[in-house]
Amino acid sequence: MRITLKRRVTPLPWTRHLIIPASILAAAIFGAVLFLWLGVNPARAYMEIFNGAFGSPYDFSEVLVRATPLILCGLSVGLAGKMSIWNIGAEGQLVMGGVAGAGVALFLSSHLPGPVIIPIMIAAGFLGGAFWGLIPGFLKARLRVNEIITSLMLNYVAILWLEHLYFGPWRDPAGRGFPGTAMFPDSAWLPRFFGTRVHVGLLIGLAAAVLIWLVLAYTRWGYEIRVTGANMRAAQYARINVTRNTLWIMLISGGLAGLAGICETAGIHYRLQQGLAVGNGYVGIIVAWLGRLQPGSIVLISILLGGLMVGGDRIQISMHVPSAISLVLQGAILFCILGGQVFQEYELRILPKKR
Amino acid sequence: MKMSFISPENPPAVIMKGIVKKFPEVMANRGVDFRLLKGEIHSLLGENGAGKSTLMKILSGYYQPDAGEIFVNGERVVFRSPRDALAKGIGMIHQHFQLVNNFTVTENIILGMSGPIRLNMTVLEKEVAELSDRYGLSINSRARIWELSVGEQQRVEILRMLFRKVNILIMDEPTAVLTPQEIEQLFVIMRRIREEGGSIVFITHKLEEVLEISDYITVLRRGKVMSTIRPSKVKEKGGATSTELARMMVGREVILEVGKEPIKSDNTLLTVENLSVRGDRGELAVKNVTFSLKMGEIFAILGVAGNGQRELVEALVGLRPKEDGQVLLDGEDIATALEKIAYVPEDRTGLGSVPDMPVLENFALTLRGRFSKGPFFRWKALERLAERLISQYRIAVPSLNMKARQLSGGNLQKLILAREFAQKPLLLIAEQPTRGLDIGATEEVWQELLRLREHCGILLVSGDLKEVLSLADNILVIFRGQVMDIISTQNEERLERIGPLMAGVRSSK
Repeated sequence: MRITLKRRVTPLPWTRHLIIPASILAAAIFGAVLFLWLGVNPARAYMEIFNGAFGSPYDFSEVLVRATPLILCGLSVGLAGKMSIWNIGAEGQLVMGGVAGAGVALFLSSHLPGPVIIPIMIAAGFLGGAFWGLIPGFLKARLRVNEIITSLMLNYVAILWLEHLYFGPWRDPAGRGFPGTAMFPDSAWLPRFFGTRVHVGLLIGLAAAVLIWLVLAYTRWGYEIRVTGANMRAAQYARINVTRNTLWIMLISGGLAGLAGICETAGIHYRLQQGLAVGNGYVGIIVAWLGRLQPGSIVLISILLGGLMVGGDRIQISMHVPSAISLVLQGAILFCILGGQVFQEYELRILPKKR
Repeated sequence: MKMSFISPENPPAVIMKGIVKKFPEVMANRGVDFRLLKGEIHSLLGENGAGKSTLMKILSGYYQPDAGEIFVNGERVVFRSPRDALAKGIGMIHQHFQLVNNFTVTENIILGMSGPIRLNMTVLEKEVAELSDRYGLSINSRARIWELSVGEQQRVEILRMLFRKVNILIMDEPTAVLTPQEIEQLFVIMRRIREEGGSIVFITHKLEEVLEISDYITVLRRGKVMSTIRPSKVKEKGGATSTELARMMVGREVILEVGKEPIKSDNTLLTVENLSVRGDRGELAVKNVTFSLKMGEIFAILGVAGNGQRELVEALVGLRPKEDGQVLLDGEDIATALEKIAYVPEDRTGLGSVPDMPVLENFALTLRGRFSKGPFFRWKALERLAERLISQYRIAVPSLNMKARQLSGGNLQKLILAREFAQKPLLLIAEQPTRGLDIGATEEVWQELLRLREHCGILLVSGDLKEVLSLADNILVIFRGQVMDIISTQNEERLERIGPLMAGVRSSK
């Protein structure tokens, strides 16, 4: 028997929509083996994960809380990816967005009228991330420096800068040595909904997804971005200003990650502290690729991953499985979905052994 | 020529019977019979999309037929992959070479072959060099691919096949990328392979080449065999040779003569003065070129590929900086008048289109300025124009949502031409506009260029003498980046010197 992959001449019909469910099923089977090995009933474990994530409105609200920064970071990476720019720096841009917004909340809010504090703080978050994104953008556009390396390295710079601030000059003097800034004034807290922790950041993320989709599909500029991503030489041939668009895309991409940062800071933590740089920027890369750079899919994938994180936390407590199981399951799902996407472009052929 | 007699002891090299191949949108082969004798150069002639490449990809194992049988040296075979076909001595050289640029010739040749883990490169290089000498390929087995010209790279592909003991060699439009001199060299090599007993299938749609090189010709049209003939038989009918074959290919009379009137206008549209441009490696690829083009004129730049034409055009359209000199379009510096130029580039998939985007979005590439309303794109309006252009230029596109990469070369070229014509430019730059097109499509493009010159000036960059003589009012012959001469096509006496000029020889007075 020989197994070969053959490139599809025509794209798959409606069955392509089954690829992701089938991939998740495959990952679930893999996970089931693991649960059995741990002496846990897989059916019960999955029920528990599902209930933990989607069982009650409150549980689901926690999923949305987890998904919010993933949506914004996924869009950040996905938008740049549309132009074939690989922004690995969403993590650092997220941090810089948090820092810039926190600066407004901590030092400017007492001088500002109440209603404008939050908008100004959010704008500052966007600009903080945008500034951090523009650095690799400028280096790429003007000097052809590889953005993968520069954006990645700037993550470490941003995180060290963040730590310097909350360990040093911005540390809360009343914090009894606890590393972190003082708590933001109430006027800089993002509104939450229905008594849950779901905050305005979710709406910002959804609005950004719709806006990006509209811009890419229906505007001339969005078209230029897509052409540049698909064939750079053709873009130059068509007199598209690639340099200028690179700067704009990195500015917006960084800004989106920056929004994730300020929304986490002002929506959940209410201060700058250690929990800001927890890898949402990196998960955003995975989200963007699993969502094939499509804004709508990025939102769905973010919610799915958020659900897995919340449900994974639940079984860790209720069924006493190691905390790593949630990460292993995440890994299995990513692996299967990425592997499953091969079937969108290729078909599997199993041929009898050569005579 | 050696005659091969067919007998049970000496069967033909290949027999293909009743080959059928269906693709989702088209039936590429509808019951094709094909026979290739040993020691024969067999031309497969047909328009774009006639099914030539498909038939040969079946023979070389890239595709599996939906029906039909294949016999190699009298033995029934079923190929599941190119590897199976190679094992029977059948190899195909594609239009796009499959070589690793950073590897040496020898490394490329042994790539994918089984052998010992430790390679003795010295011995292998010697073997490759010997094989190269035997067939007169003159290839340095230690050279890296990027150092070689296109013609040499093609010879490496031939060498790779010969090294794998291929005796049935299929070449898919091998002459499309070659200069006239390189074509002659290729023909010498093909005859040499025939002398050694090998068989060659030569896929092409250039009639003169077919008549020159083939022992046999099979004409395909719309997936069916129209005729199988010897060129000598065609020649017997007097001067009707090319026309005869052309008629079989396209099924209608094709007139290769293009009627044209001399230009009427005196308004100078484009002036190029002392233009110098650097090439990719920093060398001066264009040196002090000066010429001017009138409104309504077709001005040809003729030369063997690689003599600075590409750099010249790229400098004109703003894709490459000028080193020196001045270019004025309609009295204005060309850098500020780029939107008045339409450019049909030679590199259709790399520069002129986005293969992974739908047909409609490929129309938008240079027309997007006219179809924007504020920041928004007027896709509906563009769709109407695209549909009109598709029917006007008879582009075979089943759907505007189809990816451009699914179009055949000829249809993609028509799309680009239609799009650039639709810009109603002041200056049209057409680079090798008919390269790789069949006769029918070539003639349509020529007629269209002649119609268009009523409204603009056309700079035609071509290596095809016939194209240039049929269309141009004036011909600039370029050699190593320099102007050899500018000749009016009215001046028949001077036209005879074009050949030597293209080769860099100025006649001594």
